[in-house]
Amino acid sequence: MPIDLEIVSPEKLLLSQPVDMVVIPAAEGDMGVLVDHAPFVVLLRGGVVRLYQGDVVTDRLFVSGGFAEVTPQRVTLLADEAIPLAEVSRGEAERRLAAAQAAYDTAGKLDVPEEDAAIARIQSAQAMLEAAQAA
Amino acid sequence: MPSLKALRGRIASVKSTQKITSAMKMVAASKLRRAQTQADAARPYAQRMERMLASLAANVAGRSTAPKLIAGTGRDKIHLLIPVTGDRGLAGAFNSNVGRLTRNIARRLESEGKTVKIFAVGRKGRDYLRREFPDNIVGDVNFVGRKTIAFSDAVGIAARITAWLDAGEIDVCTVIYNRFQSIISQVPTEMQLIPLPVPTEAAGASLSYDFEPDEDAILAPLLPQNLAVQIYRAQLDNAVGFYGSQMTAMDNATRNAGDMIKRLTLNYNRARQANITRELIEIISGAEAV
Repeated sequence: MPIDLEIVSPEKLLLSQPVDMVVIPAAEGDMGVLVDHAPFVVLLRGGVVRLYQGDVVTDRLFVSGGFAEVTPQRVTLLADEAIPLAEVSRGEAERRLAAAQAAYDTAGKLDVPEEDAAIARIQSAQAMLEAAQAA
Repeated sequence: MPSLKALRGRIASVKSTQKITSAMKMVAASKLRRAQTQADAARPYAQRMERMLASLAANVAGRSTAPKLIAGTGRDKIHLLIPVTGDRGLAGAFNSNVGRLTRNIARRLESEGKTVKIFAVGRKGRDYLRREFPDNIVGDVNFVGRKTIAFSDAVGIAARITAWLDAGEIDVCTVIYNRFQSIISQVPTEMQLIPLPVPTEAAGASLSYDFEPDEDAILAPLLPQNLAVQIYRAQLDNAVGFYGSQMTAMDNATRNAGDMIKRLTLNYNRARQANITRELIEIISGAEAV
């Protein structure tokens, strides 16, 4: 039994198709979702979403962060940005990593939310770089 | 009665006006289509986000530690109004409807002793309010010369609002925009963003979710994102409504120009006929006198 997968960004619906399994990069570790999964709302980290048909990975997309809503019939990824792995640019990833590093260095060390945000950006950029290398 | 030459001139001028308005109508129609596509594309995200937020907010709203974006600052002193309007005119009462609603709200709040701040999104709204509330406007943005609005624009606006909220410079934040009902009907609407009215869940339809890492960790990025999404939605509704309303206005103008051309042509023909008749009379009475 397939589960419906939707990937939406604030600007458009990027993908909507049934898959046998999807592996999503949740904040606390990758999470494989099959049909009849318990309802979950999860935070995403930067990472790669893998779509499975049977045992085969049919598609891989890089998401830079966001949220996912899991219900027994459907997975919805509210991604800040989702790029097919083949189109992830290494130069862009390096540029983002540098920008995130700079933001981290200037973030007030006493300002915890700001520092956390900067760390999340660095993580996302690193994941993008890895994705670019893997592609 | 004006001379034939003057009438000819007026007909020519109204005709060229008509050409311009009908061209503007067609341009507005094609921009409307693009804006509508963009607004439709953005809808799924907003809907999913609303659903997610509804299930989260219900858990958090009652708590005293609820984030500022949901609960507000606990005061009700400084109101930030965000009128969202078009950057250009010639769209009927579209922009001034939002301007007027903003002005009425601002007056009401001031009469209640509240402080009003205005952050104008769109050039026309700023121009409208600048005369009456020159000291209340704390900032403005416009997108003159831009083809479409990007989500990052809304994120930028949301970031400024959040910064003001964190600095304690605002307590309540309301967006005033034209809600899109149909191409010919846009309703000026106020939408409160801070404190966030907790969305009510459709009874029975909701699932009890598990949260990972936990509610607070998800809410921390979700709330600013939601703020941006709401602003983005207001901007998109504004764009669609603006072109719809501009199309209607230009359609009316084209039709009015057509009526005017008809009337002027009638006058012109009458005047021409009167001239001919007068000349005939002159010739005939001249011939009779001989």
